[in-house]
Amino acid sequence: MAAFEVLDLNTSFRTDDGIVQAVSGVSFELDKGRTLGVVGESGSGKSVTFLTVMGLLDPRQATVRGSVLLDGEEMLGASQGRMRQIRGRKIGMIFQDPMTSLNPVKTIGWQLQEAVLIHQDVTKKDARRQAIEILREVEIPRADQRVDDYPHQFSGGMRQRVMIAMALVNNPEILIADEPTTALDVTTQAQILRLMKKLQDEHEMAIVMITHDLGVVAEIADDVIVMYAGRVVEQARVNDLFDKPEMPYTWGLLGSLPRLNSTGSRLEQIPGQPPSLLNPPSGCAFHPRCPYVMDVCRRELPALELSPVGEGHRFRCHLDDEARSRIWTQKRATLVTEDAA
Amino acid sequence: MTQFLIRRIFWAIFLFFVATIITYLIFWVIPADPAQLAAGKSATPADIARVRHFLHLDEPIWRQYLRFVWQLVRHGSLGQSFVNRQPVDTIIGKDAPVTASLVFGGAVLWLSLSIPIGILSALRPRSIMDRVTMTLVLIGISAHPVWIGLIFSYVFGYKLHLTPIAGYCNFFPGTVGAQCEGPVNWAYHLILPWCTFMILFAALYVRLIRANVMETMTEDYVRTARAKGASQRRVMVQHVLRNSMLPVVTILGMDLGLALGGAIFTEGIFNLPGLGHEVVNAYGQDDLPMITGIVVFSTCCVIVFNFIVDVTYGFLDPRIRPS
Repeated sequence: MAAFEVLDLNTSFRTDDGIVQAVSGVSFELDKGRTLGVVGESGSGKSVTFLTVMGLLDPRQATVRGSVLLDGEEMLGASQGRMRQIRGRKIGMIFQDPMTSLNPVKTIGWQLQEAVLIHQDVTKKDARRQAIEILREVEIPRADQRVDDYPHQFSGGMRQRVMIAMALVNNPEILIADEPTTALDVTTQAQILRLMKKLQDEHEMAIVMITHDLGVVAEIADDVIVMYAGRVVEQARVNDLFDKPEMPYTWGLLGSLPRLNSTGSRLEQIPGQPPSLLNPPSGCAFHPRCPYVMDVCRRELPALELSPVGEGHRFRCHLDDEARSRIWTQKRATLVTEDAA
Repeated sequence: MTQFLIRRIFWAIFLFFVATIITYLIFWVIPADPAQLAAGKSATPADIARVRHFLHLDEPIWRQYLRFVWQLVRHGSLGQSFVNRQPVDTIIGKDAPVTASLVFGGAVLWLSLSIPIGILSALRPRSIMDRVTMTLVLIGISAHPVWIGLIFSYVFGYKLHLTPIAGYCNFFPGTVGAQCEGPVNWAYHLILPWCTFMILFAALYVRLIRANVMETMTEDYVRTARAKGASQRRVMVQHVLRNSMLPVVTILGMDLGLALGGAIFTEGIFNLPGLGHEVVNAYGQDDLPMITGIVVFSTCCVIVFNFIVDVTYGFLDPRIRPS
């Protein structure tokens, strides 16, 4: 049994303009020690999915259906008290912007100790010792002195390390990272990813890496789900996804990856805007932007079908096997020639 | 820290000159003849001329101003009132405790009312309680202190006989000729003025605190605290409150400084012998030294309270703590 299982998760928000269906029928599972990459544009529902899982949405605005199982325990509908025990203890979470995610008026030591004291019955002294220890683990130099510093005395990358330390101080089974490297510069990004991998091995935890950057996915993930307009449109092992993506949106994402050795031709882009979730397109939500759109796409939502290639590789597309193979072969050829040039 | 202090002191001196020069300029512009008033109704033109010379009012305004500055620097004196020849310092020294009692007592009341209400309505925006509070706040902001004061005085003092209608008692016993004295009488006489002050300021502060708390609750670090498993109570007390009170400290400092300079309306209504009362009288009698004295005192209050705010802020917010 998977350590973590999400089944047919639906989240909608009541707004003044109507109901926004942010997440529709999302299912996936995650095993110990593995990393799930969750890819999608802004507004694709990737962050909301995991805020729902954590129970961090305002229940006055959000309506949630489905099932979230952690070690077989149902988390949706669990009591507030139980959710508080799970948050920070069994599931840690880190966020996009390390500059604003730490309380500016408390020392980082205080904030780390708080995380310890909420979940463990230990003395303050022991909590402090744990705080310093975890700071060493995330490779913050002079941890025993820096522990008394305030967040503004750290750089962005160092703050993200502190955030990771805070999420891991109680040794959770799962770490949910919501675009943890987006706000950082490229060299710092690489360091943070390397650190997360190292910590994953040491703590044997599962990681959910929410990102819009396929480069990050290639770097760290074992499995990937691609989200579009609140739905999973493709899921696969990471190699299968890069090898034989099965639907036009994923092709677009791969085509829009910048390459260092490209000939200087323009980056391919996906035309149009992400759809409004208040008023989603009929049928397949991607059809207004899809270059291969057919009549059926406007009428019917394609099911999440099993691909002939790879294990557990699923996708949503009305194109038949032959057409998808042909288009991807052509597309890959152009991408590869560019790489070769 | 030293640099900060030095900058502050220069700024204070600059403000002192700006405020006093403007006071003198206004006095010079308005058609006033304090000598006439000071000499009395039955004075002959010769008498008035003598009084004018005696008060140095026959000199050009810039010489009068220099004389004022010289007196202050050389003798540490704010001069004497035109009207009753008493030293201005003495009068201010007598009036300031009255105004301070009013302002600080009022501040304690309005803060102890507006902090819990502001937080509660921020926690439940659009709830019935929030809407009722916001309506009351609107009334509080719209109502003039004179009106509030008169209604209070009429209802609680005149009709219900629960409180005195007006007047003041000294906190410390032993004042010669005082009608009443002691802390109990002091508070008893100040209840209505305090409440008037409270309604006026609580309205502003409830809105301010509500807005700040609501804004702080959407901060990323509050979400981080929730993700750690912190309870609602812990999130509010440890993460939201201190951060949302920072702007309140700033505004409170400015309001206290300003209010100390003269709670004109409230003192007028309740006949409290404070600075506001005094300044109104002084204006009526063209008593330039008295007006200037109170302006100087108010300016000092504002400067001192801003300084206190800056220091407090440094304690509350490590980002601007001078290291």
